[in-house]
Amino acid sequence: MLEIDNLHARAEEREILRGINLRLKAGEVHAIMGPNGSGKSTLAQVLAGRETYTVTGGSVRYLGRDLLEMKPEERAREGLFLAFQYPVEIPGVSNMYFLRAALNAARKQQGLEELDAADFLTRVRDKIRLLGMEDSLLQRSVNEGFSGGEKKRNEIFQMAVLEPKLAVLDETDSGLDIDALKVVAQGVNALRGRERGILLVTHYQRLLNYIIPDFVHVLSNGRIVRSGGKELALELEEKGYGWLETAAVA
Amino acid sequence: MSTPATDIELLANREYQYGFITEIESETVPRGLNTDIIRLISAKKQEPEFMLEWRLRAFRQWQTMREPEWANVKYPPIDYQNIIYYAAPRQAGDRPKSLDEVDPKLLQTYEKLGVPLRERELLAGVAVDAVFDSVSVATTFRAKLAALGIIFSSFSEAVREHPELVRKYLGSVVPSSDNFFASLNSAVFSDGSFIYVPKGVRCPMELSTYFRINAQDSGQFERTLIIADEGAYVSYLEGCTAPKRDNNQLHAAVVELVALEGATIKYSTVQNWYPGDAEGRGGIYNFVTKRGKCAGRGSKISWTQVETGSSITWKYPSCILQGDDSVGEFYSVALTHHRQQADTGTKMIHIGRNTRSTIVSKGISAGHGQNTYRGMVKMLPGAAGARNYSQCDSLLLGDQCGAHTFPVLEVRNPTARVEHEASTSRIGEDQLFYCRQRGLSMEDAVSMIVNGFCKTVFRELPMEFAVEAQKLLGVSLEGSVG
Ligand SMILES: Nc1ncnc2c1ncn2[C@@H]1O[C@H](COP(=O)(O)OP(=O)(O)O)[C@@H](O)[C@H]1O
Ligand SMILES: [Mg+2]
Repeated sequence: MLEIDNLHARAEEREILRGINLRLKAGEVHAIMGPNGSGKSTLAQVLAGRETYTVTGGSVRYLGRDLLEMKPEERAREGLFLAFQYPVEIPGVSNMYFLRAALNAARKQQGLEELDAADFLTRVRDKIRLLGMEDSLLQRSVNEGFSGGEKKRNEIFQMAVLEPKLAVLDETDSGLDIDALKVVAQGVNALRGRERGILLVTHYQRLLNYIIPDFVHVLSNGRIVRSGGKELALELEEKGYGWLETAAVA
Repeated sequence: MSTPATDIELLANREYQYGFITEIESETVPRGLNTDIIRLISAKKQEPEFMLEWRLRAFRQWQTMREPEWANVKYPPIDYQNIIYYAAPRQAGDRPKSLDEVDPKLLQTYEKLGVPLRERELLAGVAVDAVFDSVSVATTFRAKLAALGIIFSSFSEAVREHPELVRKYLGSVVPSSDNFFASLNSAVFSDGSFIYVPKGVRCPMELSTYFRINAQDSGQFERTLIIADEGAYVSYLEGCTAPKRDNNQLHAAVVELVALEGATIKYSTVQNWYPGDAEGRGGIYNFVTKRGKCAGRGSKISWTQVETGSSITWKYPSCILQGDDSVGEFYSVALTHHRQQADTGTKMIHIGRNTRSTIVSKGISAGHGQNTYRGMVKMLPGAAGARNYSQCDSLLLGDQCGAHTFPVLEVRNPTARVEHEASTSRIGEDQLFYCRQRGLSMEDAVSMIVNGFCKTVFRELPMEFAVEAQKLLGVSLEGSVG
């Protein structure tokens, strides 16, 4: 469902992604690991269409379409979801209003009827529970005054409601205590399915104890320097990234 | 309520949608201003002598005054002798007695504006006074209101039918010598609404006036007077639009509110006069004096305004808090786009003990728009225990626009407290991207963020108006980002 070929991207005259290749099929979970500054978030943001990054080479196909041709909102409506490393606050806009607008934008795209407030509520109640959050979450402004952990959980809650085809999770585990981590993992695992793909960006192996990936890729200095199965994560945990970074330069 | 996506999408490809002109024969007075013109206006309205005298005195005062220059707005000099001070749709004989006698073109005009005047078609619970250029063409639900002793009529009728009330209260809050534009209005005012709610009566429906400027080269000078007698309650809404024209038109209104002991007046405005085009051609000059007096103990006046139209807005809805324990509120959203300029704010004058006031101002600037908040909070020596809270926030869209705040505080009682908060922010690329990543279009994202910014003001508006205001912001901001 996602084919990344030799992707190059830069920001402010600086090349950050330097030839990424990745194939993700429906039903698979891929983890992208790598040290800080290796370009993990950049990859996630480029896939979502952030305009602060300029793609300077390569191609990305998503569900058979040229992803790079699509506007960010089109990508979203076609089922691409990004859980942000740093979720953004939108004062005065309730979670409910925001999420219903988002859901209806996607439904409209699919030719489905828009949901009114009542239908929406019945749909989201279980998902709130799944993520161990309170109903009052819906009345609160988007991410405003949320703790770091709450913000991350809210991202996963949004994902659960929007039911994307391809979910890209950027460091969703960072800043979570172990209980919150389990809850988030449960939310992600609930979404796993034959027709869905998940790209997990993480610095630590910890999350991968709860969300078992099919493949692990190591990103270093804007390139994937190593790919393997779930064992690769454990190997990294043991040896650290230094081992691969030296390999990359060589 | 539907989602912003549908609301805005409906409107997304339209610009100012009220810019049409009604082809109707109009009766006007010659251009220019002198005592003959004032006599003519007064005669057309069959006014009692006292009214003509009042006008003439205001005119003499106006002649000695100079146009104010302190506001943070720029415009070429206005030629007051080149304005038509009275324009009315021509009709046979008197003001129509019922809607059946109203020119169908006028009814159609209001229908097109989304304000049908036939009572069965109206939003239940809203009575409307429709003012077209210089005259009121229809007032709905009058009989129903009259049964409760509530007077809701055009100002002209009130002058003829309730001269004692008009005489007592006209100019009692905004004297005819108050300021240049108020004096001009006092001399030539044409029509507007008059409301009197008797003692202890809670007005069961929203009362509203819809102002429409249609004629070319004419000004609109309406006058509104609302009196809530002891313990009464009334909520009033005001809406306004004008056709698209390349020249500027002057609108100089005066609104006076009087709240007696224990009375409450809630006054809401959605101001959507033609703002001019992207280059700043045309648009309404909106120079308005609005003031309320909380005359009695425990009375309350609350102003809520959403200002999206006009090429220039000069407007400071204020409260004189005379009665002990009285309350004044000002909630404002002012949006300037393209070349629009707004200089708006409020004055809260605390006279009585334990008086309280709240000011919430949200300024949004886009394009080359300039937005100024100008506010004054005055605690007079008698205002023991008085309180004020002010919050002024500015949101900038783009880097060609400007936001300015000029708060003035004057505290002359040691037990009075004032609290002021202010912020200026730019709409964030990160916020926009976050919304778009969730599937919202750029326009919807802007509109949602701006609406969120304005939420504390919008929730003060009556329901129908809040929805209207949200849509309006979306349309007014079109093309402001990306
Ligand atoms: N918008 C940007 N402008 C300039 N440099 C950036 C920008 N975004 C990221 N970078 C730089 O690119 C490198 C990779 O960043 P990032 O993708 O955030 O890494 P990671 O998520 O793996 O920690 C870092 O050196 C970072 O400073
Ligand atoms: Mg990162």
